[in-house]
Amino acid sequence: MEMTKQHDHDHDHGHEELEQLKILGFWIFVVTDCILFGTLFATYAVMIHSYAGGPTPKELFELPGIVASTFILLTSSFTSGLAVLAMNKKKVNEMIGWLAVTGLLGLAFVGLEIHEFSNLAHEGATIATSGYWSAFFTLVGTHGLHVSIGLFWMVALIIQLKRRGITTVTHRKITNFSLYWHFLDIVWIFLFTVVYLMGVM
Amino acid sequence: MWESIKDFASTFFVTGDPLIYGADVSIVLTVAAIVFVLTKYKKWGWLWREWLTTVDHKRIGIMYLIASLLMLFRGGVDALMMRTQLAFPDLTFLHSDHYNQIFTTHGTIMIFFMAMPMMFGLFNMVVPLQIGARDVAFPFLNAVSFWLFMSGALLFNLSFVIGGSPSGGWLSYPPLTEKAFSPGPGQNFWIWGVQISGIGSLATGINFIVTILKMRAPGMKLMKMPLFSWSVLSSCLMIILAFPVLTITLSLLYLDRFAGAHFFTIDGGGNPMNYINLIWMWGHPEVYIVLVPAFGIFSEVIATFAKKKIFGYTSMVWSLMSIAVVSFFTWGHHFFTMGTSASVIAFFAISTMVIAIPTGAKIFNWLFTFFRGRITFSLPMMWTLAFIPCFVIGGATGVMLAAAPADYQYHNSYFLIAHFHQTLIGGPVFGYLAGIYYWWPKLFGFKLNERLGKWAFWLWNIGFYVCFMPQYALGFMGMTRRYYTYTWDLGWASLNLVSTVGAFLMGIGFLFQGWQILYSIKHGERDTTGDPWNGRTLEWSIPSPAPFYNFAVIPQVKEADDFWATKEAKANGTYKAEPVHLEPIHMPKNSGIPIIMSGFWFIAGFGFVFEWTWIAVIGLIGVALCMWARSFDYDDAYYVPVDEVRRTEASLGRVY
Repeated sequence: MEMTKQHDHDHDHGHEELEQLKILGFWIFVVTDCILFGTLFATYAVMIHSYAGGPTPKELFELPGIVASTFILLTSSFTSGLAVLAMNKKKVNEMIGWLAVTGLLGLAFVGLEIHEFSNLAHEGATIATSGYWSAFFTLVGTHGLHVSIGLFWMVALIIQLKRRGITTVTHRKITNFSLYWHFLDIVWIFLFTVVYLMGVM
Repeated sequence: MWESIKDFASTFFVTGDPLIYGADVSIVLTVAAIVFVLTKYKKWGWLWREWLTTVDHKRIGIMYLIASLLMLFRGGVDALMMRTQLAFPDLTFLHSDHYNQIFTTHGTIMIFFMAMPMMFGLFNMVVPLQIGARDVAFPFLNAVSFWLFMSGALLFNLSFVIGGSPSGGWLSYPPLTEKAFSPGPGQNFWIWGVQISGIGSLATGINFIVTILKMRAPGMKLMKMPLFSWSVLSSCLMIILAFPVLTITLSLLYLDRFAGAHFFTIDGGGNPMNYINLIWMWGHPEVYIVLVPAFGIFSEVIATFAKKKIFGYTSMVWSLMSIAVVSFFTWGHHFFTMGTSASVIAFFAISTMVIAIPTGAKIFNWLFTFFRGRITFSLPMMWTLAFIPCFVIGGATGVMLAAAPADYQYHNSYFLIAHFHQTLIGGPVFGYLAGIYYWWPKLFGFKLNERLGKWAFWLWNIGFYVCFMPQYALGFMGMTRRYYTYTWDLGWASLNLVSTVGAFLMGIGFLFQGWQILYSIKHGERDTTGDPWNGRTLEWSIPSPAPFYNFAVIPQVKEADDFWATKEAKANGTYKAEPVHLEPIHMPKNSGIPIIMSGFWFIAGFGFVFEWTWIAVIGLIGVALCMWARSFDYDDAYYVPVDEVRRTEASLGRVY
């Protein structure tokens, strides 16, 4: 009996440390993702005037839609923060609720982006139109892809939370997820500024 | 129907070259032989349980090593075919397009599928043992990295018999590699082979940074950590900062080819020079990524075989880390002739020369370690000694190339070819060979035969200088890289012949090493002590081969070269044994997901290569499902009971 108790204690202690490792690993992954986006931003900067006689962003960007999706994404970052607060208060249902809201907002964001892309294509700007539009669609699209992958991940996490509640493992997973989600939000702020605001200036 | 199948097969499979038909036959025969042996001896289950699903860093290291040696063989055969074609003027051994393919695959394989995996093999074989850990931080991810490398390598090598090899050079500069000039799947094979294995490399970088920062044995402060582990940290920092750039660069090139984007095209506002900047922003750190671990190996080998603490440990650490930083500011020296402003060129020329300072500091530190050391000339030491002059010459010609005005003369000539082979063979290859000889007994429990190793050593080294010294001269005589033939009147014939002879000497050296391994498996000197070289660091304190959990008891480290200090204390009687207390050991469980997921990556890559989107989509869905399955797998670890630890240790001759 004494043996098993001791054993269990080691077990928990070992897990706690492993989860800490995974959080550090995820931070480093976010660093690599920063470089990834940095490279895309740099490419966008190189391509910023390469219209090749085609349409320019000034002609095609519709800022109201973009402002709306910006607010949607910022709000989703806030609600994912509320989910983490609920997690710290050990309220699993409240937490799942906030995650669901975050997911719906994320979904709306992706929907708006698809809508925007199809509008642009309709107006004659596709990835093959010019260097500028290649860079635009790749940069914005990579961000959208990240958000979509995040949604897929979130569904998996909500199911796990329902089944297992808040444990050291799900706690770590949600911590990493919210880190990822905030990171995408920060990238979007740069995107909004560099691509959209400067694009219509 | 039959006609259309025939039509498809004649473009899908590479046809029309007797060399490739020969290769087809040998591939089929080899695969059949492997399948036959595995089936006959009922080894499929063993292979799956013990190797294909393993998450043990030592086994992953061994698999990396085997794969990289096979790739060294293939890359070497490519090199010998090129040298054969160039042995005399006007030869028709290879036609021009075939020659282009071979120099492309030679360079790609040697860097991505030989140097990188051999390096990762050494990381895996050594780092956890050296820092007193039981595994890497993320064993599952480690297996994923390995199998991603394997899928990438297989995909790339598939181009040899299916679809056609890439022929745009090892870095595939556009506009040549754009769809308009390189139609067909060859170039896509290059992109996806490198992309898939590159994702694995990135993950390895993250894995070892966390391992080194968080899993060192108690008491091992960073400044007491062995220098090889420091060099791995430096290399991994470069990996995480450089590889994302490669990921993007390859993706953009693929978008140009697949979706008609205009990143690097000549028309549509594209800018090919942007590719060349991007690829070298990854590419220059890359050469230091593979070089710096070799520095770490030399430091370990020299300290062990001079029986002295390494001279200038602190400056060694600082030079490793400063190389990692400066390596990101030199990429422009690869294209001085691009035509930028004088100030940009001056910046890159100076930053390149600056790198010679920390490197020079290391060379002096090694030399001072020899000073008054008691030196033993075993194989690891011989390769280390061969490295020093070789790398010094390579470094000096590098500084010549860094002198921008002079570079306009050397650019893309055989002078450059000789320079980078001298640094990449003299540095990483000699270093990894030294490391393989040094740590081989720890992994396999026996030493590699010295006599055959010496034959290999001298053939490699003599061959090296015979091969590459003439190329410096050929460069000055105006021979540029990638010529597939030349005429008698240019006066390059004799030096080219000499160079070819040298290349074959190196090839024979490699065969000796193959023989050496096979011979030593049967006859090699067994290592029963766990410490065959009188080593200094923790990996030598445990039995050879290391048990799967590495350390029965996690060591308490007090100083740098802790194992050496312990041995000295034991010798002069000041050692105080502390009571050991065995505990159940927490270990990760094997998993089939890494190999299955990488299989789906392979399928996705194959679809992308042939631009059959539906296959790519199937592959990517498979990848996503594997990740989903992994996320739901909470049963990924177990405890090794104390009894089993005690039994295992007893069977290795250690009693607790």
